[in-house]
Amino acid sequence: MHQLTIAEIIRGLRDKQFSSVEITSHLLERIQELDNQFNSFITVTGDQAIKEAAAADARLAQGDAPALCGVPIAHKDIFCTNGVRTSCGSKMLDNFVPPYDATVVDNFQQAGAVSLGKTNMDEFAMGSSNESSFYGAVKNPWNVERIPGGSSGGSAAAVAALLVPGTTATDTGGSIRQPAAMTGTTGLKPTYGRVSRWGMIAFASSLDQGGPITRTAEDAALMLSVMASPDKKDSTCLDRPTQDYTANLNDSIKGLKIGVPSEYFGEGLDSEVGARVQEALKDYEKLGAELVEISLPHSKLAVPAYYVIAPAEASANLSRFDGVRYGYRCENPADLRDLYMRSRGEGFGEEVKRRILVGSYALSAGYYDAYYNKAQQVRRLIKQDFVDAFDKVDVIMGPTAPNPAFKLGEKNADPVAMYLEDIYTIATNLAGLPGMSIPCGFAHGLPVGLQIIGNYLDEARMLNVAHQFQQASDWHQKTAPAAE
Amino acid sequence: MEWEVVIGLEVHVQLATQSKIFSGASTAFGAEPNTQACAVDLAMPGTLPVPNEEAFRFAVMFGLAMNAEIGKRSVFERKNYFYPDLPKGYQTTQLEQPIVGAGQIEIHLEDGSSKTVRLHHAHLEEDAGKSLHEDFHGMSGIDLNRAGTPLIEIVSEPDMRSAAEAVAYLKKIHSIVTYLGISDGDMSQGSLRCDANVSVRLKGEEELGTRTEIKNLNSFRFIEKAIKVEAQRQIDLIEDGGKVTQETRLYDADKNETRSMRSKEVANDYRYFPCPDLLPVVLTDDYVEQIRSELPELPDAKCARFEKDYGLSAYDADQLTQERATADYFEQVAAKSGEPKLAANWVMGELAALLNREEKSIADSPVSAEHLAGLIARIKDNTISSKIAKQVFEAMANGDGDADTVIEAKGLKQVSDTGAIEKMVDDVIAASTSQVENYRNADPDKRPKMMGFFVGQIMKASKGQANPQMINKILKEKLDALL
Repeated sequence: MHQLTIAEIIRGLRDKQFSSVEITSHLLERIQELDNQFNSFITVTGDQAIKEAAAADARLAQGDAPALCGVPIAHKDIFCTNGVRTSCGSKMLDNFVPPYDATVVDNFQQAGAVSLGKTNMDEFAMGSSNESSFYGAVKNPWNVERIPGGSSGGSAAAVAALLVPGTTATDTGGSIRQPAAMTGTTGLKPTYGRVSRWGMIAFASSLDQGGPITRTAEDAALMLSVMASPDKKDSTCLDRPTQDYTANLNDSIKGLKIGVPSEYFGEGLDSEVGARVQEALKDYEKLGAELVEISLPHSKLAVPAYYVIAPAEASANLSRFDGVRYGYRCENPADLRDLYMRSRGEGFGEEVKRRILVGSYALSAGYYDAYYNKAQQVRRLIKQDFVDAFDKVDVIMGPTAPNPAFKLGEKNADPVAMYLEDIYTIATNLAGLPGMSIPCGFAHGLPVGLQIIGNYLDEARMLNVAHQFQQASDWHQKTAPAAE
Repeated sequence: MEWEVVIGLEVHVQLATQSKIFSGASTAFGAEPNTQACAVDLAMPGTLPVPNEEAFRFAVMFGLAMNAEIGKRSVFERKNYFYPDLPKGYQTTQLEQPIVGAGQIEIHLEDGSSKTVRLHHAHLEEDAGKSLHEDFHGMSGIDLNRAGTPLIEIVSEPDMRSAAEAVAYLKKIHSIVTYLGISDGDMSQGSLRCDANVSVRLKGEEELGTRTEIKNLNSFRFIEKAIKVEAQRQIDLIEDGGKVTQETRLYDADKNETRSMRSKEVANDYRYFPCPDLLPVVLTDDYVEQIRSELPELPDAKCARFEKDYGLSAYDADQLTQERATADYFEQVAAKSGEPKLAANWVMGELAALLNREEKSIADSPVSAEHLAGLIARIKDNTISSKIAKQVFEAMANGDGDADTVIEAKGLKQVSDTGAIEKMVDDVIAASTSQVENYRNADPDKRPKMMGFFVGQIMKASKGQANPQMINKILKEKLDALL
């Protein structure tokens, strides 16, 4: 039953092959049994899940079931859940129980989905390996000595380990797509503003975007149809109605123009990863698509610009964690300064502190123009690269990450090497474009992700393009050995 | 050496919106601590700001009233600093692109002169909460009810040259914001607060002296005193060979002195940057013009109209129009009584004295405009004299009903009956033989003056109720008949 996709579960529930309580219990048992190997969950809400599943079964019996009625999912622990601890992977929020739901969480509840719990993540979504979590590293189900990618490593590993068919995740510089690539799953970061950020704990507000991680493009479409909605509580959320992203899955992609940026196949790309991506592009040609070589000339500036803008925003976003109103407070503070210094010093991990320092520096008097303003200028150039490219092509494709999953601890001593893992994903966040990663084979025995970048609000087409590939391939159906 | 004081003011005005600038929580004053702070105001993780449209409307109204440029594209920025009553660790404010740009207003001074003060800009921002340092036994309490209340910060150019000018400017700002109805202007509740930048220089000098900033002045009186005492401090310091340090100072009203607030601290670096949770706000010309067309009459225009339509003196018109509530009250009294000049005298005289005595605002006046108009009507139709009217007014203030009710109940109606007055005149003449004798023997030029004694006696006999014009007429006839 754990091998079923969301689409299959929806059918199975409606055809009464099994109940929501049955599949929910089954998955909860698997989590209980297997997750100590992966550490993909921070909190499992078993009792609540069973209750929700029973309620969903009642609705299914009555025949008024909404879209995802009875479908088990899990939320990245960055989405606030009313009454359930929301830690953001940090000691700072280990004791934090929100009195409200994120809009994303609420949307899934309205759609009848059953939440199994909260998935592990890099602390405050800062990381590419899921090693910065206060709750310990997540392990890749394909090889438990390796990282699952980050920051949504728990969401990706849980799906890859067949503990849950779909999870919510967030992506600020690649945090959905890179772990999807590392774990052989399908991940989609929508256009900035398509999914509400209300109740999604902020890392870098102008870059953060929620999206799904699933096993298939079809499931991603089903989840996105629920996740993406207008929201008056988020001023940056686009005022667009919900839409059915499954509607165009089966459209033909004959004549599709795929842009292939030369900058994404240069130095630093693992040759086997590059080979798998090239093979996938050939498969697309066989499906009738046309490959067009393009250039995104400012690509190499994306990582440096990102590592100014994202930490700058984070340095302000994380100021609220001061030990005064909620979250971690140091013991016996001597005075206000001591309260701030120790609460934040003890509550935050190393990577978070590093980024707060970098961001504060970039915004400080005398450096603002040289760093923050310059990075914003670069951001506009990067965006313009994409605008120009989409004049010529329908989608852009390349590798999601330069390497397959590396070993736990391998890049901890070298933050810059870690940051370069997001070299192909960061530019889309800076531009606000949607991006996807789908499995396209194996390198060194580990999954490889093909990245699909779409034009603004062109998620339906990206899902169609990904679905057509998955109809013609079986990479997405390969199961991680540890999940057996 | 003749010194010149140079003053610029930063005025914070709380906007009278129903809810906060970025959340739906109420802005009402005086609730139990932390009962009007929602998840957004508490800066709970994952919460986001949503701008309150009314705050923008109010700010645009203010900008138009100040003859200022309106920022068609305004941007909120984050001003980063840590303080327990600042929940997010940054204040959301405007810096580079404020909602209101440069402008100017006329201020009126007590000697009757006017002066133009330039506005540098005004921007929208959120207020912080309050730290409560008493009653917590060595700890501090935080009340976040005020956190997120919308403010406009109004920054003037350094155009004022005396404490009196600064007060006149501030009164003008107060008058404009209350006229517009965008703030209650209540300084005692902190709805209008002021920081004063003060420097001194020798008269004729072009360059500005080093300034100090006096923080959190919250009454007109304190502002005047603080500026005076700070300017004198700077003058004394320089004359003694010292130098003014640029710093923030606090005014101590008890000691009437200013003292340094942050001498040891290093200058703050607020690390401003555009708030990524809020999009730039773009206003269309139509939106601004719509607001312009709905602006109420402002103090200067009202003052000019009062002079013209009611024949009031410039001074009276200015006094009556400083507060919208006073102007509205006066207009009601004038309209209902048909006697604008009497109405002006009563509003500025007896009514002002009463309100002052009872420490009440005109909105809470114990005597309504209707009752005062009724009283004036009775003066006008000679039912009562002005003197009796004061008695009636006091009774109305005590809640004894309208003028007619009081006059009736207390029997204060003016005696205008010829027979009754004749009898009183006769009685007084009969009882005052020596005074009558003096009158008869007096030089004719001096006689009118001597009548005062008889009038006084008759008034006394009538308990003030006899019609004075009739007394005069009848008395003169009767005295002259004795010649």
